[in-house]
Order: sequence, then C-alpha cells, then structure tokens
Amino acid sequence: MIARLFAIGVTIFARILTGVRGEWRGCLPEARQRIYFANHSSHGDFVLIWTVLPAALRRCTRPVAAADYWRRGRVRRFIGEQVFDAVLIDRDPTSREADPIEILLAALDRGASLIFFPEGTRNTTGQRLLPFRSGLYRLASARPQVELVPVWIDNLNRVLPKGEFIPLPLLCTVTFGAPVSVAPGEESGPFRERSRAALLALAPAVEDGE
Amino acid sequence: MSASQQTLVLFGGITAILVTASLSGFVLSLRFAESPVVVNLNARIKAWWVMVALIGLAFAVGKAGVITLFAVASFAALREFLTLTRTRRGDHLALAAAFFVVLPLQYYLISIEWYGLYSILIPVYVFLLLPVVAALRGDTAQFMRRIAEVQWGLMSSVYCVSHVPALLTLPIPGFADRKLLLIAFLILVVQSSDVLQYVWGKLLGRHQIAPSLSPSKTVEGFAGGVASATLLGAALWWITPFSPWQAAIMALVINLMGFCGGLVMSAIKRDRGVKDWGQMIEGHGGMLDRLDSVIFAAPIFFHLTRYWWTV
Repeated sequence: MIARLFAIGVTIFARILTGVRGEWRGCLPEARQRIYFANHSSHGDFVLIWTVLPAALRRCTRPVAAADYWRRGRVRRFIGEQVFDAVLIDRDPTSREADPIEILLAALDRGASLIFFPEGTRNTTGQRLLPFRSGLYRLASARPQVELVPVWIDNLNRVLPKGEFIPLPLLCTVTFGAPVSVAPGEESGPFRERSRAALLALAPAVEDGE
Repeated sequence: MSASQQTLVLFGGITAILVTASLSGFVLSLRFAESPVVVNLNARIKAWWVMVALIGLAFAVGKAGVITLFAVASFAALREFLTLTRTRRGDHLALAAAFFVVLPLQYYLISIEWYGLYSILIPVYVFLLLPVVAALRGDTAQFMRRIAEVQWGLMSSVYCVSHVPALLTLPIPGFADRKLLLIAFLILVVQSSDVLQYVWGKLLGRHQIAPSLSPSKTVEGFAGGVASATLLGAALWWITPFSPWQAAIMALVINLMGFCGGLVMSAIKRDRGVKDWGQMIEGHGGMLDRLDSVIFAAPIFFHLTRYWWTV
C-alpha cells in the first residue's frame, strides 16, 4: 500500500520535474512481453521509462538494477524491492552466488517485461553510448519470443548527473524505437553493434562544436 | 461600474468570443474534417478555454493567485528555455540556483512589493553573481556562451514574465482596486495581437518579413494584426486608467514589442533547431510559445505605466 503510493508519488514528481513525454516511434504500447533496453546515465532512467508506460504495462515491467547499490540500507531496499519491484543482480563476478542472466531469465519466465541497460553501468564519459556488454545477446538468444525494444532517454544526464544531489527541472523525452532481434546464427559481437546502433539512431542529432 | 462588475463584463465578453470561436471551429471541422489547419485551430481554441479559465480562477483568488499563476508559468518557461541551452556539468549548481533560489525570490519580492530590488535582482545581482558560481566549478569550456545563455533564460522567463503580476504593485491614483484589470488589458491586447496577426496573415499575407526566421510572418499580417489589436486596446480603455487615445498608444507599444518578442524568440528557436519550445500546450507548443510576445511587452508596459500614471 505504502509502496504503491510511493510509486505514484515518484511518477508525479518525475512528471513535474521533467515534463517527461513518451514518443512511440517504432512500436506501440502493447501488452506483450518485452525487454526495453535503454541508455543509462542516471538512477532516474528507469523511473522515466516507468512513468511513461501506460499503467497496465507498468505493473508487469520490472527494472533490472544493481544489488550492491539497492540492497544497501533499509530505504534503498524498500525502494528497489517494494516500490519498483526491481530484479536485483550482483555485478561483481567474484562475490556473486548466481549467474545474473539466470536470475533475469527466471524473471522473464514468470511473465515480467524488463527494463535493461546493456552498457552495464551509468555513462559518465563524453561518449553518447558506451559499448554494449553481452547480457542483452544472451537474454535474447535464450528467449527469442521476447521482443527487444530500444529506448532512448534524452537529457536525463543533465537533470541529475552522477555525483550531483539536486535534480534540475529540464525537459526529458523517452523515445521507443522499432524492435530488434537476433538474426539466425548471428554472433554476439555483430548483434551488440547492431542493437547499439539501433539505440543510437533514436537519439537527437548532435550539433558541431559541442 | 465597480471593479468586480467590470471584471464580470470583461470575462463575459471573452467567454462570448470563445464560444463564437468554438462554434466556428466546430462548423469548420464538419466541413473540412481532415484539414490540419482546422484541427490545429480547434486544439488552439480548446487551449484558450483552459488558459482563460486558469486566469479567471487566479483573478478570483486575487493577488496571491495571480502571483502563483505567473510563478508557475515562469517555471515552465525557464525549464523550456534552459533545456535548449548548452550548459555543462559545471553549470549544475548555477542552474539549480536559477530554479530554486532566483525564481522564488523574484516572485517573493513582487509579493512584498519591493520595487527597488525586484527591478534589479536579475539584471544586476544575478547577472554578476551567478557566473561566479559557475566559474568556481572550474570548467571554462564555452564559459561565456554558457553564462550568457543562463542569463538570457532568467531575464526572459523570470524577469520579464514577473512584470505582469508586478502591475499589481503599482500605486495608481484612483485605480487602486482595479489593477487586476490592467493585467487583463495587457494579456488581452498582446494575445489578440498574436491571433489577429495570424488571421490577417492567413487572409492577406503575401510579403514575408523575415523568411529565414519565421515563414509565417508577413507584412500584411503584421500591419493588419497590430492595427486591429491597437483598436481593440483603445476600445478597452474603460478597464484602464488611460483615456481612449492613451490606451491606443499603450496598445500600439504593447503590440510592437510583442511582435519583436515573437521575432527574437523565433530566432533563438531557429538557432537551436526546434520548431516549438515544448509540447505543454496542445496546439500552441510550449509555455514560451505562448509567452514570447508577453515577455517583450510586459516590462515596457509596466515601466510606461509606472512612469506616467503613478504617484
């Protein structure tokens, strides 16, 4: 109950702060199982995607988040597990007990759609998009019936950059592109480049001299 | 007529105009259902209903309502403007100060009617101090461009817009309880100038004024719109402390400044490669698309009124 109210409060706050709008450029908000893969620049990323999804889709869409961050402390655990119903994975290969891909596949098999960040970490470099890790390829190969939708989140890196505490009210847009899928026999490398290019194609054009 | 009677008559007249517009739009939509111009027209009329309702509500609440309304409008406008600027991480604190310190402070100063400070807070104090905040963060790449863009944002979206509710603080002899109507005069004249320029432009427009800037602005639209809006302003002299002639001159100044505002803000949009400042108001674009004429007209109207009509 409190978690539901908190979730509603967060989406209202996100709307007031960023005036976020969803642009369904390449597909429509349908009730089918999807992995929404997006660029990652801030903790607010999945909040924006979540806010922009219709309520019915929001209920069965779970963000994938780092356990080492969201399990630390009671408040973060409440937000991560109760409010957003995140699928928490351990990023450190030496300390983790289960393969993160197995955890994600289990979540998919229970019917959830996922919000996933193939870059693996928040992008704080000058590059627009970091190279993709292999997670998306492995998930797509194991569950080919799940639709992969690229989602570009624009401007959120200016609202709350890594290391800042005060969010700036700036306009953000969330653009949903056409789904991609692994071609028969396609290897991880080419798929990673192709899916990365598909995501980058949704980003607004950059001007010279930036 | 008393102040409240005049307000009722005014809003009655506006409602009548909007009803006429809605009916015409409805008839047009029956005949030309697919035309994008008609669809846009009806979206615009709907948005006008909402805006008039909000302003009416603010007027009903009084001074606090009007100040709050324009503070919210400034917030939306500033957000749209600064979204298009090319600020970097080094500007984060300065931008946070702009939204969460400067904007509330400006409107607070207007609410306590401290003219001496609200008239210079942004052009002097913020102009000088905010770049220091950015400079101390150490990022000098594009520094002058960044601080200039932030200052422009604060001047246009906060300083200029705040001079609309600031009209309420002017001590005009014999007009003390009717100052809300002065705001109504400004908004009505400047917005009808926009609408009339559009209408005249659609009817008679042929020679473009600034083709690279705004393809829809024509000499015929400008002349017809400004002239008819000035006549409208003269006809509204009874809600102002001006005589009909004075109201006409004030309206002319408002309309000319409003046109300039539209031109300059269009130039900025062109530079940034966008057609609209945002998508907050359906049919119109963003808050700044609606306020661009008001931004240039409000401070001049405020100053002229203050110079000639106050004690």
